[in-house]
Amino acid sequence: MHVPDGFIDAPVSVATGVVAAAGVAVALRGSRRELDDRTAPLAGLVAAFVFAAQMLNFPVAAGTSGHLLGGALAAILVGPWTGILCVSVVLLMQAVLFADGGLTALGVNITDMALVTVVVAYGLFRLLVKTLPRTRASVTAASFVAALVSVPASALAFTGFYALGGTTDVPMGTVAGAMVGVHVLIGLGEAAITALTVGAVVAVRPDLVYGARDLVAPLELRTAPAGNGTETKAA
Amino acid sequence: MGAGHAHRLYREGSSPVHRLPPHCKIAATFLFVLVVVSTPREAFAAFAGHAVLLGTVAVLARVPAGFLLKRLLIEVPFVGFAVLLPFVARGEQIEVLGLSLSVSGLWGAWNILVKGTLGVAASVLLASTTELRELLLGLQRLRMPPTLVQIASFMIRYMDVVSGEMRRMRIARESRGFETRGIRQWSVLAKSAGALFIRSYERGERVHLAMVSRGYAGTMPVIDAAVASRAQWARACALPAAALGVCLMGWLVP
Repeated sequence: MHVPDGFIDAPVSVATGVVAAAGVAVALRGSRRELDDRTAPLAGLVAAFVFAAQMLNFPVAAGTSGHLLGGALAAILVGPWTGILCVSVVLLMQAVLFADGGLTALGVNITDMALVTVVVAYGLFRLLVKTLPRTRASVTAASFVAALVSVPASALAFTGFYALGGTTDVPMGTVAGAMVGVHVLIGLGEAAITALTVGAVVAVRPDLVYGARDLVAPLELRTAPAGNGTETKAA
Repeated sequence: MGAGHAHRLYREGSSPVHRLPPHCKIAATFLFVLVVVSTPREAFAAFAGHAVLLGTVAVLARVPAGFLLKRLLIEVPFVGFAVLLPFVARGEQIEVLGLSLSVSGLWGAWNILVKGTLGVAASVLLASTTELRELLLGLQRLRMPPTLVQIASFMIRYMDVVSGEMRRMRIARESRGFETRGIRQWSVLAKSAGALFIRSYERGERVHLAMVSRGYAGTMPVIDAAVASRAQWARACALPAAALGVCLMGWLVP
């Protein structure tokens, strides 16, 4: 759900714009620490991936389908800072190129869909990975929970902005309930897709899953027992 | 690399709007939308005025009405939300065609519909008269952090490559008899997404190495440091200035 112009009043739009700009600035510095001069090409390619993955439709039933939002997935795969940058750039480009999401609502969109989603998802993911046993299954489980919670959290953040600067007087309790209810359902889909995707990457390239880097067993040097013949051949 | 660089919204042209420097256009669009958002919702005439202003720009830019209207469909999901508002909002109720609707909800729905539509129309006009690369240059000249501009430009540059890979994976799946019917197929689709991520990330690593071998040290060289003349700024800012006039009229003349 990309918020269009006119949904949130001007003062709150400006305030969230400041929050979003500060968040992106912090993410830029953090990402430079994570990737140094590889930031631009890698984050750019991952942003292109998030953009493409959002076009991948997952059929639900009877002709309906959902798609990935990608905040939690990006955070787990490339790390929180780069994840924030990727999702923010995707949102920016969608607003500027495709008019999807208003220009003045960009602050709201980046704050709830990039900042809140990534922070909640990554925090929860790391917490779970640290407490669960160090196996591949727990990485998958942790990404499921992280993605599941991140979507209603983002919806809740949006409801908060709406309560502050909404342009219509609606009963906030009802709205919050409805938003969280609907987004728990969306979150279930997001969680399943995120967990399956992270599982697929962990199975092939565990070193590329940023959030689970410390689970990768370090390469060990094994010396074949003497007289095996494999090394002596070269000599 | 030949095709697909001009994005789907851009319309080739050499109108006065096309020729304006991109950063002037971006700033003008943003200011215009900001003015629209701050216009009081009771001022119907002001919104008509804003629409006329945008229409004038569209005529100047030779963007056909049909193209513009088709692009407005992007906001349909939020129209659904707006339609619900009169039913859930509190406050004074009125009867319309036998339905009890909230007055403030009706105002809210009108507010979202009109401001959202004007905002989308303004963004569509910007994107249909400005080339992708120019948009990025414009953002850079408006002091967006260079790293962010670089990330965005890599995303744009490789968007078609990555979606092309996704399309080829879909064709590969389908040519092996795969059909998406429901949740049971999710695992296969997620494996495709995982493979797509690995391919994108590895491509990013190769792109970085290629750049380093050509002397990249974290910043991109600025090739064209074009500046906008005062006249160009004045022309671009005519739109938000006129809109501000309309908006002030809306506040002063209820």
